[in-house]
Amino acid sequence: MTRLAAVAGLLLALASAPALAALDASEMLADPALEARARALAKGLRCVVCQNQSIDDSAADLARDLRQSLRERLLAGDSDEEALAYLTHRYGDYVLLEPPLKPATWILWFAPAGFAAVALLLAVRYFRRRE
Amino acid sequence: MRRLLFLLPLAIFAALAVWLYAGLGGDPARIPSPLVGRPAPAFAVNGLATGDLEGPALVNIFASWCVPCRAEHPLLAHLAEEEGVVIYGIAYKDKPGNTNAFLAELGNPFRKVGYDEDGRAGVEWGVTGVPETFVLDAEGVVVLKHTGPLTPDAVRRDLLPALGR
Repeated sequence: MTRLAAVAGLLLALASAPALAALDASEMLADPALEARARALAKGLRCVVCQNQSIDDSAADLARDLRQSLRERLLAGDSDEEALAYLTHRYGDYVLLEPPLKPATWILWFAPAGFAAVALLLAVRYFRRRE
Repeated sequence: MRRLLFLLPLAIFAALAVWLYAGLGGDPARIPSPLVGRPAPAFAVNGLATGDLEGPALVNIFASWCVPCRAEHPLLAHLAEEEGVVIYGIAYKDKPGNTNAFLAELGNPFRKVGYDEDGRAGVEWGVTGVPETFVLDAEGVVVLKHTGPLTPDAVRRDLLPALGR
């Protein structure tokens, strides 16, 4: 029985861990509109040390620093684009969870559609010939 | 020729597979720094600011709490003393007292040390963890970033050539 309670307690602790990980109230901006923008931007920024978490989700020290930098930029009057540029200028496009569309990433963005188009073309030709 | 065309999708698949497989071998911690090719970033902390940096030089981000920093320290000492390399240190998220104790214990290879207690200079340098080492050329432009502890191999192969030696 005590073992069952211990397991249940452990599961509960594990399940609540992600909730603890997010930002704490002391980091939040007083202006709710600005804070909402900061939260939205943070969800799209990679925590470069944990790599596949956003800085909004991550409890890592560096994620906290980046959240803080981001909020400072917004407080200083940066637009969303300027605030993101501030971070990509320092951490590279890697800090963005969604890769930007530019010549170096064309293959990434367009290859799937390209393959589908080629497949469609081949399929159309194949069925036409059979008729 | 036309009859061989049916092999084309297979060839494309093979090329893609080889390319993607090669990508699996990379170290995910190795993130290319956007700083390379640009002047040293603007920062100012207690003890060190951008204007203090005179290239060619190394900028070493370290901390007393960082174990790999301890491991690479003799190499920095060797570079400073035997090779005459100018090295600037930035103590990342470290209490000045602890930084000074670290340097008193292991020796101070740095021309100047900046105390970046809250890690804000670290953000300017795009630091993801310590240790990290940047190479500045004579114009103060970042020419190389080394992530992780320095090794004799990395120094010989990457750092010294980047310093122009």
